[in-house]
Amino acid sequence: MAKQAVSFTLNGKTVDVLVEPRELLIHTLRENLNHTGAHIGCETSHCGVCTVDVDGESVKSCTLLTVQAAGSDVKSVEGMASADGLHVIQQAFVDEHGLQCGFCTPGMLMRAYRFLQENPDPSDEEIRWGMSGNLCRCTGYQNIIEAVKTAAKNLQQA
Amino acid sequence: MIPSGFEYHKATSIADAIAKLRDNEDAKLLAGGHSLLPMMKLRFSEAPYLVDINGIDGLKGISIDGDTITIGAMTTESELIRSDILQQYCPLLVEAAKLVADPQVRNRGTIGGDVAHGDPGNDHPAVMLALDAQLVIHGPDGERTIPANGFFLGTYWTALEEFEILVAIKVPALKSGTGHGYNKLKRKTGDYAVAGSAVVVEMNGDIVRDIRIGLTNVAPMAIRAEAAEDLIRGKRIDDVLLKSVEKAIVEVCDPAVDLRGDEEYKSHMAAIMARRSIIQAIENAKE
Repeated sequence: MAKQAVSFTLNGKTVDVLVEPRELLIHTLRENLNHTGAHIGCETSHCGVCTVDVDGESVKSCTLLTVQAAGSDVKSVEGMASADGLHVIQQAFVDEHGLQCGFCTPGMLMRAYRFLQENPDPSDEEIRWGMSGNLCRCTGYQNIIEAVKTAAKNLQQA
Repeated sequence: MIPSGFEYHKATSIADAIAKLRDNEDAKLLAGGHSLLPMMKLRFSEAPYLVDINGIDGLKGISIDGDTITIGAMTTESELIRSDILQQYCPLLVEAAKLVADPQVRNRGTIGGDVAHGDPGNDHPAVMLALDAQLVIHGPDGERTIPANGFFLGTYWTALEEFEILVAIKVPALKSGTGHGYNKLKRKTGDYAVAGSAVVVEMNGDIVRDIRIGLTNVAPMAIRAEAAEDLIRGKRIDDVLLKSVEKAIVEVCDPAVDLRGDEEYKSHMAAIMARRSIIQAIENAKE
């Protein structure tokens, strides 16, 4: 199958890649663009560790063809921290111990990043529903909920 | 996991998509991709040619005209949940969409894909049966509109003919005296139903004038529980009647045995989900 040239924006920078149509966005990010923050877990759109932001929506990048991302605005966990330090959401995960092994964390962070824009002042129940596409195999959910709550509070004060 | 190789075409119009389906042997449509791409990665499904119908403007959106709501087939589950029109005039679709998969999947997954894929585990088919939806289909010979009742023929098997595309779904707006309910038993968020049931009732005081009961994931395809409906039609609901309704529902179930349960358990759960939906629908009709 002939490769196709695809351009999209990744964390604010234009990137150009040459991919087979069957290549999934997660592989392009990790193997082609060396952005290994988004992880590969279940590979069947259940676990959410590959979550990135595409055109302002959370998407599981294991279930999007790279050719489908042409022209899109993609944001990955590498785009969260700035020269000033960690993003408010990342800091909240540190403060609340919202991670154990850390494997699910990039997906949790990217989902929380979008969820808190969709719902800046969520209840516990809404956080659980909004984060339900991301699994933590350490089952460290309680502190993840706390981290999202703290992040919501700190983002509102920022 | 990576799917086997295929050619990819981003369709520019419905006519373009139909032409590409016709001109490329075994070509498949790519809607939200959250059923098809995992199946292709697991090599349960192969397609030499994918026609991507994301980006065709006419396939998206929700509008209301008189008593009829029209939903473009490529409208995502998230868009259904956010729709003021549906919230007001067809809350059953909003409730059902909230129980589909998880937020990320709902951002990509579409109502048309859910209906046309023919997976008995998908939630919308039973909802379509309960709502008595009409499906608008385009093909090489033009447009046709057919009822959802009769569309679901088997597992991954629908009344869609070769080269046809489901383009829109028409459902009736909620009338006064009408109530909806959807209940789904699932092991965890994101899972398919162990059993689910969508119910629409039309009430005349305390009497159920008409009822439609759709069942999810307890047969090779979404089905209507017609014998159970016949028991209820024209009656006032009570515990004795509900017991015989449950029995009629168990009898119509023919679920596949898997890790979600055996035949007896799934059939029993279908009856419980239907019972809850019937009670919920009657309550909603009073509001």
